Amino acid sequence: MVEAKYSWPYGNEVGQEETIESDVLVLGGGLSGCFAAIAAARKGLSVTLVEKGAVERSGSAGTGFDHWESACTNPCSKVTPEEIAEAYVDEQDWYSNGIAHYIECREGYDRLLDLESFGGKIRDTEDEFAGAEFRDEKTKLMFAYDYENKFTIRVWGSTFKPALYRELKRLGVRVMDRTEATALLVEKASGSRQEIPAEKALAGMQEEKTTGGSQEESGNSVLRGIGAMGMNVRTGKFYVLRAKATVMAMSRPARVWLFSADTTGLCEFRPMQSIGSGHAMGWRAGMEFTMMEKTVRAEFSAAGRSFPPYGAGNNHNTWYAATMVDARGVEIPYVDRDGTELKTVSERYYPAPGQKFFLKGGVIDNPKYEYRGPETLDFEELMKRGYQLPFYADLSRMPEQERRVIWGMMVGEEAKTKIPIYQNYTERGFDPEQHMLQSYGTGWQSANFLEQERQFFGAPGGVMHDWDLKTNLDGVYAAGDQLYASDCAGFACATGYYAGRKAAEYAKTAPLGEVCRADVEAEQERLYAPLYVSGEDGVSWKELNMAISKAMQNYCGGVKCEALLKEGLDLLESFEQEIVPKLTAANPHELMRVHEVLDILTVAELVLHASLARKSSSVPLCFNRSDYPELDPENDRKHIVIHRENGAVTTRDVPLGFFGKLKTEYEKRNQDYIQEVAAREKG
Amino acid sequence: MKKVEFTVEQVPCSTAPLKYDETLCIGCNRCAEVCQCDILLPSAEKGKHPIVMYPGECYYCGACVMVCPRPGAIRLSHPLMNRAKFVPVKKTEE
Ligand SMILES: Cc1cc2nc3c(=O)[nH]c(=O)nc-3n(C[C@H](O)[C@H](O)[C@H](O)COP(=O)(O)OP(=O)(O)OC[C@H]3O[C@@H](n4cnc5c(N)ncnc54)[C@H](O)[C@@H]3O)c2cc1C
Ligand code: SF4
Ligand code: SF4
Repeated sequence: MVEAKYSWPYGNEVGQEETIESDVLVLGGGLSGCFAAIAAARKGLSVTLVEKGAVERSGSAGTGFDHWESACTNPCSKVTPEEIAEAYVDEQDWYSNGIAHYIECREGYDRLLDLESFGGKIRDTEDEFAGAEFRDEKTKLMFAYDYENKFTIRVWGSTFKPALYRELKRLGVRVMDRTEATALLVEKASGSRQEIPAEKALAGMQEEKTTGGSQEESGNSVLRGIGAMGMNVRTGKFYVLRAKATVMAMSRPARVWLFSADTTGLCEFRPMQSIGSGHAMGWRAGMEFTMMEKTVRAEFSAAGRSFPPYGAGNNHNTWYAATMVDARGVEIPYVDRDGTELKTVSERYYPAPGQKFFLKGGVIDNPKYEYRGPETLDFEELMKRGYQLPFYADLSRMPEQERRVIWGMMVGEEAKTKIPIYQNYTERGFDPEQHMLQSYGTGWQSANFLEQERQFFGAPGGVMHDWDLKTNLDGVYAAGDQLYASDCAGFACATGYYAGRKAAEYAKTAPLGEVCRADVEAEQERLYAPLYVSGEDGVSWKELNMAISKAMQNYCGGVKCEALLKEGLDLLESFEQEIVPKLTAANPHELMRVHEVLDILTVAELVLHASLARKSSSVPLCFNRSDYPELDPENDRKHIVIHRENGAVTTRDVPLGFFGKLKTEYEKRNQDYIQEVAAREKG
Repeated sequence: MKKVEFTVEQVPCSTAPLKYDETLCIGCNRCAEVCQCDILLPSAEKGKHPIVMYPGECYYCGACVMVCPRPGAIRLSHPLMNRAKFVPVKKTEE
């Protein structure tokens, strides 16, 4: 226990304020934020990167990742960026981020080479897997999933975050660790509001609807981002961060339905620090979002249900294509998309006869026939055939190199595996040649959730943007998991770099905006208020988070309808009025947790509004309205883009294919980059 | 701004994610510096290991163990309910 005399170790700077000016401000120092900062710094601009944790190991990929997806331009790839990006769009029924996927497919491999140049490990330089079927002997690159087409690369992701951190330092980026961004600074001018996509020709149909607030007040001002505000989470110091351009890279919301007051850090799949602050501050500032009505029945929350990620028997992701056996030790067959049983381990890594390539990985759950890869027999079918639970992953039956690459490389380099799985299990006596690891669910999730336990997973909603990854706020860009329909590390690195480069271009001609003093003072008051509520009279952040998640399970669970959603909004509004003023915090760490829950409250409201706006049900959006049961009517196959301005919620329709022809539209806007890459390849 | 005193108390949790070995730890605080959830606070005594102030907020990522220069000085273990089971492989005659 802590001695009674222990006092706060970091000093007290509450009420102290500092203004920092830069050309480009990046909020969030995960993979996408780091690459945004690097891109802008390479253009010679002054860059500030604000990170709530510590960049060295922060974000989803802080301790690593093992798959680099969609590396279509690597020298061994047999697919084109167009093929894979278009496959993703089609696979997700067009509720997909075509722009970002194309950037990932087209530029992702360049970022991997960047990571290598910073000191990260991307190939088998020590020849540990020499001669393996998944290894290219010339480049020493190692592939996963589709060994024929070679566009997913196995990487040593545990080396990446420290390498990025060193590079940021080397480039002179001002890194502000332990600083939470809490609000955007915006400047209003009269004129007509920016519309996304900027190109009207691409935008096609656009219909505006407004609810609440007053018509005259809303929708008629140009909003321009001019920086952000934030607080040091150890000392309470307040920052005004002025910038010509801003990149938002704070990942996606969490803890909206899933909460445990006891093991809060295990509530969700992504890190505890990422709870959708970017979404919340964007919504407050009038930023546009899409697909926020999409949530899935939870797939992963280690608090009470799931087992540690990649730490239970399964054959997905890191563990693809592990041999699975049933309780009797009978092997579970793999089949191709036509149901043909595969005889060898090797066959699990090749497309079916007549299939060009298959998709696997992050957001690919149960793909369409066209893209479906080898998979173990369906759970129902296994039950019918008399297979007995529990199932296990049994690596002892695999060829030595396949076993070693799963247990030791992938389990080891994947996030949260080096210590929590590889080291821990080894110390407990696990030996992949001697033991099989139990499986708990029917897939990689290792748990089954209730319908009302929702999560932002599998390409959820997020920030709406144009071909520059610019939001509707002029000068504000977004990247990585902050974008709508995002997924994966390659996506984060590629979109981060792209957003950083576009933000830099913008910053070259834009002036610093004038910060409104009243905005600064209001934010200080909002942030510090809980410090002045005594613990005895106050409400803790945990109590409010618990109440929000229960409310969302009740009012925005598996089945939704107008009356329920409105009751939900009503309850959340009462929390705003009655509970928020009572929130209490005893130090800056607790204050940060309070701020997170305020953001979760905002995100919950955003989700309710987005759910109200879609008046039909949808399979790809996992969206079920009992009052509008019709599934995916043609009229509603569109983005319902939503934002709030002056208290009014406004929606606008954007066609799902608004991004146009991917290659053409990309090349129109990126000749400078294309030439850079060509010059590098020549020289 | 009115002056406010910070207070801090270890928050109880049903599990203990991290354990320090005093005989190995040199109190360098590297583990506290990298923890993205900021749940470890430096000891008041120089050279002593940090305090696991907010154990319930641990994300079980292992970054603190990875950065530690003294192997074994800090150990991470899963909550009991999360310890997955493994058994000896079964040979079948098919
Ligand atoms: C366990 C796990 C395994 C994964 N494995 C793979 C894999 O093998 N392959 C793959 O392609 N993808 C994988 N992913 C997904 C991939 O890691 C993420 O999609 C990617 O890292 C997202 O990057 P990002 O920069 O958008 O977000 P993050 O890396 O999560 O970074 C967001 C950053 O923003 C910071 N932040 C949040 N709020 C604030 C605020 N208010 N102010 C300042 N900073 C803030 C956070 O601290 C964090 O550092 C995995 C994810 C997880 C969780
Ligand atoms: S395991 Fe991760 S979250 Fe837990 S204390 Fe260590 S660094 Fe922090
Ligand atoms: S990093 Fe290791 S040696 Fe340093 S304080 Fe932490 S446990 Fe002790």
